[in-house]
Amino acid sequence: MPVIGTIFYAFLAIVAVGSALGMLINRNAIYSALFLVLNFATVAVLYLALGAPFIALSQITVYAGAIMVLFLFVITLLGAEKLPGYEPIKGHRIVAIGLAFVFIAELVLFFFFRNQVTGPIPLIGPEFASPRNIGVLMFTEYLLPFEVVAFILLSATVGAIMLTKPERKSTTKLSQQQD
Amino acid sequence: MLMEFLPLLIILLLAVFIGVFVVVLGSTFGPKRPGQRKNSPYESGMVPYGPAKRRISVRYYLIAVLFILFDIEVVFLVPWAVVVRQIGVPGLVFMIIFVLILEVAHLYAWKKGALEWD
Amino acid sequence: MIDAALIWEWIIKSLILIIFLTVGFMYVTVYERRFLARIQSRIGPNRAGPFGLLQPAADGLKLIFKEELIPANADKFIFLLAPIITVIPALIVLAVIPWGEAMVIFGRQVNLFISDVNVAVVYIMAVTSISVYGITLAGWSSNNKYALLGGLRATAQMISYELALGLAFMGPVVLAGSLSMVDIVRAQQSSLWYVVLQPAAFLIYFFASIAEINRAPFDMPEAEQELTAGYHAEYSGMKFALFFMAEYIKMIAISTIGATLFFGGFDGPFVDQIPWLGPIYLLAKVVIYLGVLIWVRASWPRIRYDRLMQLGWKIMFPLALLNVIITAVVVVLVN
Repeated sequence: MPVIGTIFYAFLAIVAVGSALGMLINRNAIYSALFLVLNFATVAVLYLALGAPFIALSQITVYAGAIMVLFLFVITLLGAEKLPGYEPIKGHRIVAIGLAFVFIAELVLFFFFRNQVTGPIPLIGPEFASPRNIGVLMFTEYLLPFEVVAFILLSATVGAIMLTKPERKSTTKLSQQQD
Repeated sequence: MLMEFLPLLIILLLAVFIGVFVVVLGSTFGPKRPGQRKNSPYESGMVPYGPAKRRISVRYYLIAVLFILFDIEVVFLVPWAVVVRQIGVPGLVFMIIFVLILEVAHLYAWKKGALEWD
Repeated sequence: MIDAALIWEWIIKSLILIIFLTVGFMYVTVYERRFLARIQSRIGPNRAGPFGLLQPAADGLKLIFKEELIPANADKFIFLLAPIITVIPALIVLAVIPWGEAMVIFGRQVNLFISDVNVAVVYIMAVTSISVYGITLAGWSSNNKYALLGGLRATAQMISYELALGLAFMGPVVLAGSLSMVDIVRAQQSSLWYVVLQPAAFLIYFFASIAEINRAPFDMPEAEQELTAGYHAEYSGMKFALFFMAEYIKMIAISTIGATLFFGGFDGPFVDQIPWLGPIYLLAKVVIYLGVLIWVRASWPRIRYDRLMQLGWKIMFPLALLNVIITAVVVVLVN
């Protein structure tokens, strides 16, 4: 069984990294978005393998089902399917490569010192991440973060509405200017 | 845990197979006689005018953002709905606070006209 | 543990569900055409075979031999992919629904569900939420103005009603205290059917699910008069058939989910003594539910798009939220 587990994990890891690379390399924004959906789905399966089905399915509902739909809308909204070949921000490629090296160095360091950084991983029961347990934890240990989420969502709503300004006043002003 | 989801993987594979099979079936048996007129996009019999992909209203973007925010609310309601009987009044009170804060967001969007389509 | 027999059992059960859905799709089209015709004082298709029962086979055969057009400047790969990813969610969403009590078949204890996961309701929500992709991508890849508009409208409509739909599921979940469909059916066996205890949730589910599958009276994305056929305007042959199939299978799916959540699923008189009555009761409920869906299509005119969005955001969503909270308050106070 461990061998099957390792093969399974390797397959998932390859798909996850491959879809992430596909998303980065693809010049067509719609294809990039679809690669990202595949990536989210793979991550969801990883959560499932870790014994957290609720988190896995929430990941699909929220990320693949809601956030990526927003991305698709934005891509069609801007008509930005084809990305330009030049650098929109000057020198961002060099900075990005530098940051990537920092990230890789961090990963390598973590790999060598992982035993100092993380303690031994405790064994978890099959009910550890069941919806029932999550519900109980949400209202006991994590009550404050849970209520803070509501405020974050509220501020996000205000922000999104301010950015798009759907008020009628502005549109009438615009039409008056045109007249 | 994964055991319960293996049958779902099997039915997913079968569904993918059905979809691909039907598409292959159609493209194998159908005739292929493309022509310039035939391949032009359908526009009620008129010659297509202008590009098909144009910029769309920002309202779609706004609806998608609002959907994400309230979808998260719904996802948070799920574990609560399972345990509300167990944890009783405190769970009820804190969830009503949570929902009320988000209802402020909903009413704000409503009053700002973000839910109107014109 | 997993043995070969168990894997074969899963494969056979999955095949049964998929064959049931595809055959069901064919006969739902006949059911709809005949029933609509009766409502409109017509006869409907009755030439192919007895009572027109071979009509779907004739239609299917015709579509196989039709030319499939791909419009110029369309994105070919996504154009091919879109019908496939439209039909997949429709085929897999019912995998968590129980069909009946466990039975002994060929000396083997067989559970009549494909999988009883403890997050079944979230599974249904997740599958519903990814079913928008096929439609958006079909509209986008067709390089057609009608298709793009239809796809966008459909997506905006589906995501708006997903909120009310998700909240409508929560009523039964609060009452049953579980996300498993089997537990929800069991809870209804020991109390009343949830359509009695949760009438508001049922009505919200009924209309939100019709909007979710873009059916009349919420079929704005496909409004013939203004968008020709919406997102599938450029599709022909078997690729069109896949969209058609997805649409009707989604009808069966929402009927089955509705019957399970609100009408007791396989529950019925004497189902404890005679287990094979379970699937028959479920099927009967689904057929009646489908009849109501067709009746709704025949009776109500299409709702205007701005009204449709406002109905979703200003009426259904707050009402559904209110219903969940009130249900929870009552449940806690009664406890």
